[in-house]
Amino acid sequence: MSAPVKEFKQQAARLTHDLRHRELIQTALGKYELVRDKSQRAFQDWEAARNAAAQIKWEGINHLEEHLTQFVRLLESRGTQVHWASTGQQARELILGIIRRQNARSLVKSKAMTSEEIHLNEALAAVGLEVVESDLGEFIVQLRREPPYHIVFPAMHLSRGEISDLFRRELGSAPTQNPEELTMIARRVLRQKYLAADIGLTGANFAVAETGMISITENEGNARLTAALPRTMITLLGIEKILPHFEDLALFLPMLATMGTGQPLTCYNSFYGGPRQPGESDGPEEFHVILLDNRRTELLADPEQRDALHCIRCGGCLNVCPVFRNIGGHTYGTTYSGPIGSVLTPHLRGLNQWQHLSHASSLCGACTEVCPVKINLHHHLLHNRRNAAARKPAFGQKLAFRIFAAIVTHPTLYQMAKSAGRLLQPLHPLVKGTRLDPAYAWTHTRDLPRVAPQTFKEYWRARKSVPPENDRRAATPHP
Amino acid sequence: MTEREKILGRIREALVSPAPGPAMHDTGREPGLDAVPAAGSRQWLPKVGDTFAERLELFRKNTAELKARFELVDSPQALADRLVALRDTEAWKKVGVHQGELTGPAVEVLGLPVCRTDTDYNVADLESCDVGITECDALVAQTGSVLITSRSAGGRALSVLPPHHVVLARREQLIADLPEAFSLLKRKYAPDYPSFLSFITGPSRTGDIERILVLGAHGPKKLTILCV
Repeated sequence: MSAPVKEFKQQAARLTHDLRHRELIQTALGKYELVRDKSQRAFQDWEAARNAAAQIKWEGINHLEEHLTQFVRLLESRGTQVHWASTGQQARELILGIIRRQNARSLVKSKAMTSEEIHLNEALAAVGLEVVESDLGEFIVQLRREPPYHIVFPAMHLSRGEISDLFRRELGSAPTQNPEELTMIARRVLRQKYLAADIGLTGANFAVAETGMISITENEGNARLTAALPRTMITLLGIEKILPHFEDLALFLPMLATMGTGQPLTCYNSFYGGPRQPGESDGPEEFHVILLDNRRTELLADPEQRDALHCIRCGGCLNVCPVFRNIGGHTYGTTYSGPIGSVLTPHLRGLNQWQHLSHASSLCGACTEVCPVKINLHHHLLHNRRNAAARKPAFGQKLAFRIFAAIVTHPTLYQMAKSAGRLLQPLHPLVKGTRLDPAYAWTHTRDLPRVAPQTFKEYWRARKSVPPENDRRAATPHP
Repeated sequence: MTEREKILGRIREALVSPAPGPAMHDTGREPGLDAVPAAGSRQWLPKVGDTFAERLELFRKNTAELKARFELVDSPQALADRLVALRDTEAWKKVGVHQGELTGPAVEVLGLPVCRTDTDYNVADLESCDVGITECDALVAQTGSVLITSRSAGGRALSVLPPHHVVLARREQLIADLPEAFSLLKRKYAPDYPSFLSFITGPSRTGDIERILVLGAHGPKKLTILCV
C-alpha cells in the first residue's frame, strides 16, 4: 500500500468515529444548506442558469488558446506583466524572482488555492520572507501550520474555543468565546501587516477574456486591501479560469456565491485590469499575472474528462458529499478535496498514487446534481477507476473477479457456492470480526446478510409439485 | 521556445480531439449555435420589477438583509443634514473623500479635516479616517449592491480602508440587475476601463468562525447609502 492510501485509510477511520468533528461539520453545513437553498430558490430558473453556465465554460475551455491570448494582450496593453509557468516549480521561481528584484521583506496574501497547489508558502518561508495569510480562515489555519480544511471554509473544523486558545498562544490575546472579538483580534494584527507589506499576492476566480481582467470574489475585504495597498501585486491563477465575455460574470458571480457560501452575492466582487493607471491615485505600481499550467493541459487533452476544467471552485460538491462529511477535508491529503479533488488529483499528481480517491465515493451522484457548471463528477470517478484498472490491475482484484466470473457463468459451480455458503454460514460467528474472517473488510463494521434457507430454484421446484388448489399463495390475489 | 509558446502549443495539441458538448456527455451532442448564452441571463436570475418604485423597494429590502443602511432623501439639503447627523452621532474627526459633484459639497458641510484620495495621498493618513465618503457608478436593485470603480469612487482604498463607508448616489443611478450593470460599465468605459471595478454588497463580513456572521472583517463594519 502506498503512503497516501495508508494515511487516507487511517485518517478516515479515525475521523468517521470522531463525534465532535461530525457535530462541527454538520452544524456548519446545516447553516450553509439553509441559505444556499434560499438563494437558489430566488433564481427564476436555476436549471437553465446551470445549463448556460456549463455552455459558457465549455466555450472558454474548448477555445482556450484564443481566449487566453486575448486576455493576456489586453492585460499587457495596460502595463501588466504576464508570466507563464508550466510547472509549480516555475511559478515559485517567478514569484521569488519578483520578490528578489523588489528587495521585498514581507508579503501579504489573500486566499489562493493555486498557491496551496504549488506549495508557495513553504518556498517563501525558506528564503526568509514573512508571509501572512489575510483571509480569516486561512490566517487561522496558517497559525496552526495546517493546510485549509475546505476550499471555501478553511477553518470549518475548528470551534471558537480552539481558535481562542490558538490566538492566546500565538498572538498573546485574551481568551474569548465571542466570534466577533476573535475576528477583531485578527483584524488588528492583520491591518498592521497590510500597512507594512511590500507585496500583495492574490488568486483569482475568473479571467475575463473580453476585457482582460481578473475577477476576485470575497467577503472580508482582504483581497481588496491586498490589491490596493502594497506597491506590487501578484496574481497567480490557473489557465482554466477563463470566461469569454464580461457579461458572463452577471451569471457566474451570483451562481458562485449561491453554491459557495449560500449568499445571493458575496460582499466584494472586484475586477482588476492592470496596475495603477495614469490619472489614478492608488493601486500597485507593478501588477504581475502568473498563468499556471501545472498539468492542466494534460487534463485538457482528455476529451472525456476535459469538463473537470470547468470547475469554478465553489465547494458545492464537497458540502453535499456523504464521504467528505464523514472523513473531513484533511483526510484527502490533497489541495482540492471532496469529489472535485478526487477527480482532479490523479491528473495533477499521478493516477497510481491517488487512484484510491476514486473509490472514496458512494457514486450517489449528489455532487453531479449540485455542480453549477454541470461537471459529470461521479462518472469521472468511474472513469478514473477504469483507467487505473486498465493501467495496473491489482493482482488480488484480478483473481477475485476471475473466480467470480467463473462461478456466475457456470450453473453447477454457482449451485455449489450457494450450498457452501448456506452450510458454512452457521460457523461464521466463530471468526466474525476477527482477522481470520474471510469477509473481515466488510464484517468488522457491518453484518453480513443471512443466506436464505431455500434458494428460489428449490422453492420453484417444490411449488411445482404442489397441486394449484392446495397452494394458498397461488390462490390469493396479490395485494 | 518560451513557456508561453510551450503552454499555448500544448493547449492547441490538446484541443485537436473535440470534447462532447457541454453537460452532454451521455448524448455526445455538440453544443447548439446559441453558444453565447449570457445575454439571456436576465430571465434566469432573481426577478426584478419594472417600475422605479418596485426597484427601490427591492433595493431597500436587500440592503436591510445585508445589514447596510439605505436612505432616500428629497433634496441636497436633506442629504447634507443626514451627513451632519451621522458626523455628530458617530463623532467623526476626520473624513476620507474624493472630489465629485455630490462629495464636494458634502465635505464642505462637514467642516472636518479631510484626506483626499484623488491625488497622491498617505495611506496612514487615510487609515486614521473615521469614514470614507464616495460616489458610485450605480446601485443594483437585484442584489442590493453598490457598483464602484477606481474612477468613480476615489481609487481603490477609500471605500475599503476606513471603518465606515458612506456612498452618495443619485436616484437615477438605481438600475435593475447585474446584466444591466455590465452593459452600463461597457457603455461608460470600454475600451478604456479603470484598473479597478467592484460590486460592494453590504459591509465587510466573515463567517469563518463556526459560520457565525461577523461584520467588519477587514473592510468597513458599516455601509451607509444615501440617495438623493
